[in-house]
Amino acid sequence: MKLKLLTLALSTGFAALAHAAGPKAEVIHWWTSGGESAAVKTFSDAYNAAGGVWVDTAISIGDQARSVAVNRIIGGNPPTAAQFNTSKQFLDLVEQGMLNNVDDVALRDGWDKFLPEPVLNVVRVKGHFYAAPVNIHMPTWFWYSKAAFKKAGIAAEPRTMDELFAVLDKLKAAGLIPLAHGGQPWQESIVFTAVLANLGGADLYLKVLRDRDAKAIQGDAFKNVLLTFKRLQAYVDKAAPGRNWNDATALLITGKAGVQIMGDWTKGEFAQAKQLPGRDYGCIAGFGPKSPYIIQGDVFVFPKTTNAEAIKAQKMMAGLMLAPTTQVEFSIRKGSIPVRTDVDVSRMDICAQQGLAIMKDKSRQLGNGEVYLNPDQNGSLSDILTAYWNKNVPVEKVQKDIASALKN
Amino acid sequence: MCRWKKYKRTLLQPSRIETALRTVMTLKPKQLFRQLVSWAALLPLASTVLVAYLGTVLWSLNISFTNSRTFPSDQYVGWAQYQRLFDNDRWLLSLQNLALYGVLFIAACMVLGFLLAVFIDQKVMAEGALRTVFLYPYAMSFVATGLVWQWLLNPGNGIQQAVRQMGYPDFTFDWIIDQDMVIYTIVIATVWQASGLVMALLLAGLRGIDEEIWKAARIDGIPTWRVYVSIVLPMLGPTIATVFVLLFTAVVKVFDSVVSMTQGGPGTASEVPAKFIMDHLFGRANIALASAGSMVLLLTVLALVAPFLYARSRARRREEQA
Repeated sequence: MKLKLLTLALSTGFAALAHAAGPKAEVIHWWTSGGESAAVKTFSDAYNAAGGVWVDTAISIGDQARSVAVNRIIGGNPPTAAQFNTSKQFLDLVEQGMLNNVDDVALRDGWDKFLPEPVLNVVRVKGHFYAAPVNIHMPTWFWYSKAAFKKAGIAAEPRTMDELFAVLDKLKAAGLIPLAHGGQPWQESIVFTAVLANLGGADLYLKVLRDRDAKAIQGDAFKNVLLTFKRLQAYVDKAAPGRNWNDATALLITGKAGVQIMGDWTKGEFAQAKQLPGRDYGCIAGFGPKSPYIIQGDVFVFPKTTNAEAIKAQKMMAGLMLAPTTQVEFSIRKGSIPVRTDVDVSRMDICAQQGLAIMKDKSRQLGNGEVYLNPDQNGSLSDILTAYWNKNVPVEKVQKDIASALKN
Repeated sequence: MCRWKKYKRTLLQPSRIETALRTVMTLKPKQLFRQLVSWAALLPLASTVLVAYLGTVLWSLNISFTNSRTFPSDQYVGWAQYQRLFDNDRWLLSLQNLALYGVLFIAACMVLGFLLAVFIDQKVMAEGALRTVFLYPYAMSFVATGLVWQWLLNPGNGIQQAVRQMGYPDFTFDWIIDQDMVIYTIVIATVWQASGLVMALLLAGLRGIDEEIWKAARIDGIPTWRVYVSIVLPMLGPTIATVFVLLFTAVVKVFDSVVSMTQGGPGTASEVPAKFIMDHLFGRANIALASAGSMVLLLTVLALVAPFLYARSRARRREEQA
């Protein structure tokens, strides 16, 4: 009801501005799966209800969608808005002056007051707002199957890294796959991020990924993180290499495996199998009361144009996407949490509520690797980590390689 | 050496140049027009070669010396990108994989393709059907067949599982998840795909061989295998050279099979240069490093193919002189 009233109010307001048919907006994004298209429909509905015309250009696979967007921007035929990750992926576009800023909207709605620090630092470049952040995904949740835990005789969920290893040992002894893992580089990066955040702590995390501090990377604390990361590999089944993340989740759903370290998009898989958080599976955001909440997510950027109609569309869209009701509606369908904590959480699931509660503590907000590193550095880091995970490489060499990969 | 000098001397003989000039000078307007038309007809092709091939190569070369990221920049950094390239473990492993893959793939395709062609050449029944069966893999996109190969090779639900269920519980065939063996699975799958093409080309070559040669060999009582090895094979020289060039280009650009079967994994064990370049060109937004990689690849190809082409052109010249 509230949403309807809001959209009604908005639509009458905008209808006065935009004559008959409102501003047309072509939007490039890569949300093509079931839950994802349902989520993006929240935006298109809100935009259409406000009097605009949303033209959907969905291109599957993030890399593809982004390169189409970049090529069209360079080619002089830009879309009205294009999806990127909450990352440095679009920094080159900003520096080349190829994006419009949405300062008017951001200042009007006070983005700088409610956006988490890591997100704010990504969308605000040199004092201007160049992107509208739409959601927060947390990539390093520890999911566990209650059925598997019961079978292995595990009563309580682990609260420290040591307890996690004890749990994994019990699962192994019970003949289950302790850690469900898909052996693809990005999934190995997620496991690494989880260990760095939970064992290394926020300080080391920022020193390594944000400051790229060679001393910290070569230090003993980080060495311990790498060794623990590698230690987890012993709990993965032999058939893991190449496995997709959702196939790993399926191992949890069927109770064949105990734990998976993965992002909150996993909830979609559980939901499809009619499993509920708290009843069939558990979610642990991290270990200890100070465990960081890792932020990754999606934003929309608004390519440069001088067309007044298009600029109007861009501003309208930026405003709508961050509106509290749209935010909640979108995140419920997407499995993420809103970029603002001042929303009504009652309709969200217990994992999302747990996430939003953690997000209220500013000191626990951290970006993922993409937020701090450019795509090139991030890729090099991922190459080194996946090689370390799969091969026997001396940990000192890994430290040296990471230090030199993050140097440039 | 001596022959080359002689050749140059005859080419540059004053009388020859004079004759050539005189021919052009004495052309009637109509003939001159005809000459111009033929040049004009060549123009689209020539400009394609100049712009689309040479132009882009030069552009990539230029980019590879800059610090370009998403966009081309004009800040030159010398050999820095190349230095980074050869400090990179994944790139070095990719080159190593490419060499191993190339040798095995070309050798296996040649042998298998030749045997298939010989087999079909025995006037077997249902030749048309068999030819189609062998050639069919080549007609399908590897993006699809690669996925099927991935399933077959997956130890959990592929060949290994099938054989185990047939009553051999200790049977192991898990190359695709094995660091050291994974590259061979790429060889197997791509040989399956390409050997049909080799067969088709060599079969055409075999069919072009004069029946008389076979008759003569039969009269002399030479065993069939010997005729194939010592007479037919050398006569197929030009066809084999074509096959080699085709396979070689397939090796250099190998990408789709790796992406669809292993995505370069486990870890980085089955990475290839083309995938490295594609990753850096788009996802990692470093076109300078990608360009440096493609220049290295181009130079490698030239270094391998140039002597081969030179030898061929020399052989042709010798034939013409004889």
